[in-house]
Amino acid sequence: MLPEIEQYFRLEKLPHMWCPGCGNGIILHSLVKAIDKLCLDQDRTTIVSGIGCAARASGYLDFDTLHTTHGRALAFATGVKFAKPELNVFVLTGDGDCTAIGGNHFIHAARRNINLTTIVFNNNIYGMTGGQYSPMTPNSCRATTSPYGNLERPFNLTDLAIAAGATFVARTTTYHAKQLTDLIIEGYKNKGFSLIEVITHCPTSFGRQNKMGTPADMLKWQRDHGISAMRYENLTPEERADKFIVGVLHKTEAPEYTTEYQKLLEKLG
Amino acid sequence: MSTEPRLVQGNEACAEGAIYAGMRFYAGYPITPSTEIAEILARRLPQVGGKFLQMEDEIASMAAIIGGSLTGAKVMTATSGPGFSLKQENIGYACMAEIPCVIANVQRLGPSTGVATAPAQGDVMQARWGTHGDHPIIALTPSSVKEAFELTVRAFNLAEQFRVPVILLMDEVVGHMREKVTLPQPGDLPVVDRVKPTCSRENYYPYKADSDKTPPMACFGEGYRYHVTGLFHDESGFATEKPEIIDWQLKRLHEKINQHLDEIITYSSEETADADLVVIAYGGTARAVSRAVKLARQEGHKVGVFRPQTIWPFPEAAIGELAASGKKLLVAEMNYGQLLLEVQRVAAGRCEVHSCLQSNGELTLPDVILTKIREVYEHAPGN
Repeated sequence: MLPEIEQYFRLEKLPHMWCPGCGNGIILHSLVKAIDKLCLDQDRTTIVSGIGCAARASGYLDFDTLHTTHGRALAFATGVKFAKPELNVFVLTGDGDCTAIGGNHFIHAARRNINLTTIVFNNNIYGMTGGQYSPMTPNSCRATTSPYGNLERPFNLTDLAIAAGATFVARTTTYHAKQLTDLIIEGYKNKGFSLIEVITHCPTSFGRQNKMGTPADMLKWQRDHGISAMRYENLTPEERADKFIVGVLHKTEAPEYTTEYQKLLEKLG
Repeated sequence: MSTEPRLVQGNEACAEGAIYAGMRFYAGYPITPSTEIAEILARRLPQVGGKFLQMEDEIASMAAIIGGSLTGAKVMTATSGPGFSLKQENIGYACMAEIPCVIANVQRLGPSTGVATAPAQGDVMQARWGTHGDHPIIALTPSSVKEAFELTVRAFNLAEQFRVPVILLMDEVVGHMREKVTLPQPGDLPVVDRVKPTCSRENYYPYKADSDKTPPMACFGEGYRYHVTGLFHDESGFATEKPEIIDWQLKRLHEKINQHLDEIITYSSEETADADLVVIAYGGTARAVSRAVKLARQEGHKVGVFRPQTIWPFPEAAIGELAASGKKLLVAEMNYGQLLLEVQRVAAGRCEVHSCLQSNGELTLPDVILTKIREVYEHAPGN
């Protein structure tokens, strides 16, 4: 581990519990790099996570860390941030945690535009329970509960966040780890609800069931399919079919909830 | 707060009691018949520098208050039957992670949507066992407006002292009833704050305490940088699957309550000393029972009332004494017999246990209870 990021880890809790080849460690690395670059006070930063593989990340990080119930990370985080707005609050959640059982909390946190930096580890599957399909599993993909191919359609999570009112929305992959750090920094700086969707590779469950090869092959898939907005613009509709944009997708300004509440307190006080 | 008596609603007394106790963070979701608590706090909390948050559902409300509590705030949510069901998930989390919080449940008729505005007391067992797994719980049941205020304050004190969720088990009768009361002035009632650690970060173990003790609780943002999880954890707060540690922690969760029953359990006994029949009732039902007992006394029956204010942990010792003394017991409640089960368990065949149960959306009337009291006497051996 790089010495400059060691201070952000509870080293005695490592090695982590993720499978060999899992992408989650890359996201964690990008997160602490971002926190380091932002020079955030470790004592004033809280990491909130839900349940699932991604959510275990909180235990490895040396901050106040809150490992909550399944799907509820954003609701707990809303409580922390609203009660003590001066804390920096990051939310780490997976695709099942955030978009299925936590879907309601997700759209409402975005609607409230509460100042939370939310990182969704999207591995397209429920990893911890052994590979069932999630609302982010692409149509026709295999999972243990879609053995004949997924009949459902996945969410477009970033579109959902934009529609719900998030003021910073970005997407990238574990292949684009440096970009991820930059996006987390930008998301943190946004005074409002920020969503960063990270497509991460799960070789054990999603990759294996969908014949995606080695972890390195899955990273290459991310490289070849996740492209910049500029490159995407120049593609024909046919070429766009299996591609997605990485980078900032949406950025706007809107009143932030805890700031508005503070104004109310000052008005009444 | 006015020193003059005024007409106060039960739900209002609960809201004002919470503010009196130092509650400054509320998150909730509208539901009849508890909604006045949210409405009053939406207006009152910002006036005292507090935070009011209307969440997207009951699950989120419960989650948000736990988050708020971890920053050091005294926190609360209020709900009713269907919402209470939804809160159970994170009530369990609060039990496991030892997070102080208060949940007011103004009971209405169930199951399911039931009748939204009708009184019932069908959530007694849900208050005890609603969330999965073995866990202790504290639940208090007021039966007057004044008591709604006092027990709300007490609920916060117990939550903070023992690092537990405390359920204020109201019912529609008490919640919507208005009575003339003088609300307590600052200093009239004790207000307890949680114990915080004084040690350094390196020496802080958030779940380390003697077997019957509650560990000090650090606030997020104050440099302790600790971990909180709903997984079984060791004294440092990190997940464990080791049976011996799980055993120790689960026992400690129970013992920190069980070893302090005298501090937690309160009840009122009226005219039980010479009674040969004691009616056990709580909440709205206890009001009708008081009237029925008065009438029964006028008829010459030696009847008393036992009214638990702490319904969980169950006042086992006090009920056991009544049973051992050979008095007959009559449990009156607005359900199909929930506290009755506990009374029967504790009586263990040592005395007759009768019941007066009603669950049709109407408050049990004094006449109904009086009729039952007469029946018990008429069927007594020797009559």
